[in-house]
Amino acid sequence: MPTADPIVSAIVEKYRKNPTYVLQILREAQEALDWISPDTVEAVASGLNIPRTRVQSVVQFYSFLYDKPRGRYRLLFADNITDRMAGNIALFEHMLNRLKIKRGVVSSDGLVSVDLASDTGMCDQGPALLANNRAIPRLTMRRVDEICDLVKARAPLDEWPADLFRVDDNIRRRETLLTPITSGVALDAAIARGRQGMLDEVKRANVRGRGGAGFPMGRKWEGARNAPGAERYIVCNADEGEPGTFKDRVLLNSFSVRVLEGMAIAGYATGATKGFIYLRGEYKHLQAKLQREIDEMRADARLGASIRGCPGFDFDIEIYMGAGAYICGEGTAMVNSLEGKLGRPRVRPPSMVQVGYLGKPTVVDNVESLAHATEIAIEGGARFAKRGTRFSTGTKLLSISGDCERPGVYEYQFGVTIARVLEDCGAKAVSAVQIGGASGVLLTPDEFSRRIAFEDVPTAGAFMVFGVDRDIFEVARNFAHFFAHESCGFCTPCRVGTTIQRNIMDKIAEGRGARYEVNELKRVVEFMKRFSHCGLGETAGNAVRDALNKFRPAFERRLHAKDFAPAIDLERALEPARRITARDDAEAHLETES
Amino acid sequence: MAETTFNIDELPIPFTPGQTILEAAKAAGIYIPHLCYQPEFKAHGGCKMCTVMVNGKPQTACTHKAAAEQEVEVDTPELNASRRTLVQMMFIEGNHFCPGCEKSGACQLQALAYEYEMLTPHFVELFPERNIDASHPDVLIDYNRCVLCELCVRASRDVDHKEVFAIAGRGQDARLIVNSPSGKLGDSALAVTDRAAQVCPVGAIIVKRVGFAAAPIGERMYDKNPISAEADSCEIPEAQ
Amino acid sequence: MSTTQEKVKVRLATTSLAGCFGCHMSLLDIDERLFELAEIAEFDRSPLTDIKHCGPCDIALIEGGVCNSDNVHVVRELRANAKILVAVGACAINGGLPALRNRLDVNDILTQVYRDPRTGEPTVPNSPELPLPLDKVYPVNEIVRVDYSLPGCPPSGDAIWKFLTDLILGRMPRLDYSLLNYD
Repeated sequence: MPTADPIVSAIVEKYRKNPTYVLQILREAQEALDWISPDTVEAVASGLNIPRTRVQSVVQFYSFLYDKPRGRYRLLFADNITDRMAGNIALFEHMLNRLKIKRGVVSSDGLVSVDLASDTGMCDQGPALLANNRAIPRLTMRRVDEICDLVKARAPLDEWPADLFRVDDNIRRRETLLTPITSGVALDAAIARGRQGMLDEVKRANVRGRGGAGFPMGRKWEGARNAPGAERYIVCNADEGEPGTFKDRVLLNSFSVRVLEGMAIAGYATGATKGFIYLRGEYKHLQAKLQREIDEMRADARLGASIRGCPGFDFDIEIYMGAGAYICGEGTAMVNSLEGKLGRPRVRPPSMVQVGYLGKPTVVDNVESLAHATEIAIEGGARFAKRGTRFSTGTKLLSISGDCERPGVYEYQFGVTIARVLEDCGAKAVSAVQIGGASGVLLTPDEFSRRIAFEDVPTAGAFMVFGVDRDIFEVARNFAHFFAHESCGFCTPCRVGTTIQRNIMDKIAEGRGARYEVNELKRVVEFMKRFSHCGLGETAGNAVRDALNKFRPAFERRLHAKDFAPAIDLERALEPARRITARDDAEAHLETES
Repeated sequence: MAETTFNIDELPIPFTPGQTILEAAKAAGIYIPHLCYQPEFKAHGGCKMCTVMVNGKPQTACTHKAAAEQEVEVDTPELNASRRTLVQMMFIEGNHFCPGCEKSGACQLQALAYEYEMLTPHFVELFPERNIDASHPDVLIDYNRCVLCELCVRASRDVDHKEVFAIAGRGQDARLIVNSPSGKLGDSALAVTDRAAQVCPVGAIIVKRVGFAAAPIGERMYDKNPISAEADSCEIPEAQ
Repeated sequence: MSTTQEKVKVRLATTSLAGCFGCHMSLLDIDERLFELAEIAEFDRSPLTDIKHCGPCDIALIEGGVCNSDNVHVVRELRANAKILVAVGACAINGGLPALRNRLDVNDILTQVYRDPRTGEPTVPNSPELPLPLDKVYPVNEIVRVDYSLPGCPPSGDAIWKFLTDLILGRMPRLDYSLLNYD
């Protein structure tokens, strides 16, 4: 086992001993050393000259960093509801059996550990797993066996068959955004309009954020441009953690020109000279490719100083990798993470545009929003605004998965009906659609004439289809587990509320729920909505609430006849004492009251 | 010249620009419940006890600035019921055994529970497995009682300039950790005279060898008067 | 039959599960108000009456948390027969002092406590007459539906009196600040 110090020193040096990079340093240290040992913590802390607690707190916050040995091979099965529907659990258990290990516990020879993880952005080609953060989609029993063999043979990941790691785009429908552009064309177009002109076009386009919040991008850029001070930053939100969303994965893979030049255009219009791509850890497979592209852009004056020969137009881009924390998709949490802190949302006001990264005005925009900037630069805001609806201009990428014949990425003009989308993706006999991810809305067939738009059914893109045989209770329960796992823990309502919600759903799933639980769920959902610190807590109960309202029988058929059932399984609670006394007489058992 | 005012429960309350709603309310003698707020530290906004309705939207009064024409609701049945729910959640999350706690009677969590008439913690108790750290000669930490208010974190960082405490982990795994080689207080830089050792509003960080002798039952901080009646309800009782 | 109408008395049941009986002692601290109580109430199953099983009653007062199978049977019987069930005291409300064992494995406790003094071998009693302990001590409201809770360790006689009279007279039980204590 290599010692921590020289390896850590080299990594710390590479990041110029800058504590804001502690997350990057820890990622790379774990890549080399397989876990973050106490020695590694000490080395990082002393190298950065920060208290060890700052390092420990970061390690314990992010799901992909481990402070216990988890093996040379750390395998994580994605566990979104779409993965379940595709049969991930059978594959997961098969792997545990073959490797003779228990969930989350490293094998006795220290070689491998296997666990579950939140959605990894591969819903269109699941089930999927991450092997040391590298995505392996389209899992089958055969693939799982292949992976087990590779692990047992201790084959380095770089030597695993490339096809294992192939991630398809699955683009099914294009309109305007999903068309290639020649490099430099959008930058030239922006320069021709001038900084103010470019900003005016974005405002004229009335383009709203594509990450879920839908904030008018022009207003955001203008706010940053007008904020006092010389420094500004552009942050491209590529965290795409909302379950069911994978459209940014496709943009980053195949339309990176639009994304990267879009960032530079944002810098041009706002006066920012530095941009970050906060790339979720689950998309590690895109990192090298994006970095190569950034290097090429620097080489041909599309990044760096005097872009495309325009004096004063300086902009550069840096990739910052996430490490498995959905909450980092929230703008203020993302900026905290970029600063090397825990990804916990900030108090607002002030907004990011006023006080953001390192206290400077910061624009946090979604990948798709920034890509649209290239469209607006080329064709102008008025043309852009002709597409879509009056309040939702332009087109929207939908990432469609679940019970449909053609899962993948679809581009539509805003205003498309849900019915049309279902027809196009080959969804038949649909029970419900979850739009907007785990925090979105659950819609039933009577609502399929509604439209994808900010003024009707808004979404960052997630569109999960459930056929008539699906158990919507289990859909809601999957999401309840997700939120409890992803809550940042800063505020009591969400930290405790999501745990209570998940526990109640589990209780009902085990057949020990009563009508009492239904009332409790409503109370907790309502409470989280009002008192939580950020959107995670506010929306954590949406799926359960919708499922209760629209699929109540799915809950009721699991409930006791009585109004109230004990919090625990009493028979199971007596098990330890039964065992130690070796008793099996009638009094050694407790029946559920009927 | 007329004062600038905003309304709390339809009463005009004066404020100076830059004041938060909580600060302005306190100055006017109006009680807004709070737990993680202490005037000497930067407002945290985490416990959510001070949540009030500002123009119909929930905001934390400790961080939200007062503004002219604002309509703030503080004392409504719905908000009071929610405050009780919040306290209940804090109770079931840890192991809060009042009868055996040295802080009982002077504890802000308990006092808030009395204020909002919590008769039962209601939710299913989580009974987490948490430890006690008695390694330090003068200061004890009982993690069963920690409510993650981060007052000790802020005090140690901003007043004592020692950064002894931090919060690690996410969600239900979030917990207080100690900056020392062993992770315990004994080999940390904490001294009993530190602000961080005195600032805990509940019974988590306790000075040793005081026990229940701080004050007899009947004369403890909140025995006679509820927390809302305290002249300076922010005051952490004198260290024992 | 006497000429004055005999009022129907309120039927009270009480029990102490995993409790110290302090709440029952506190009930008796109502002192001479016991006479007043006796005018309007009578006791069904209770340690005070030694009636072994509960019949239909109006109010059941439960002291103590639920720590073994017998506690479960008792609290179920009281819940089935009482219109109103009140969890009285810290132990009934949140497990109290006995629940401090919850972080420990119940089998570890049993094997530590019951050992042959000569050989050190565990000798955990296994007579079918003994109720088996549950893995944890549970608050009453996690086993049956609880209607009201009266906190204290124990609640004072005054608090119990106020609470009881509120219930009997049909009022929502409220405790003045001085009567509301968790310790």
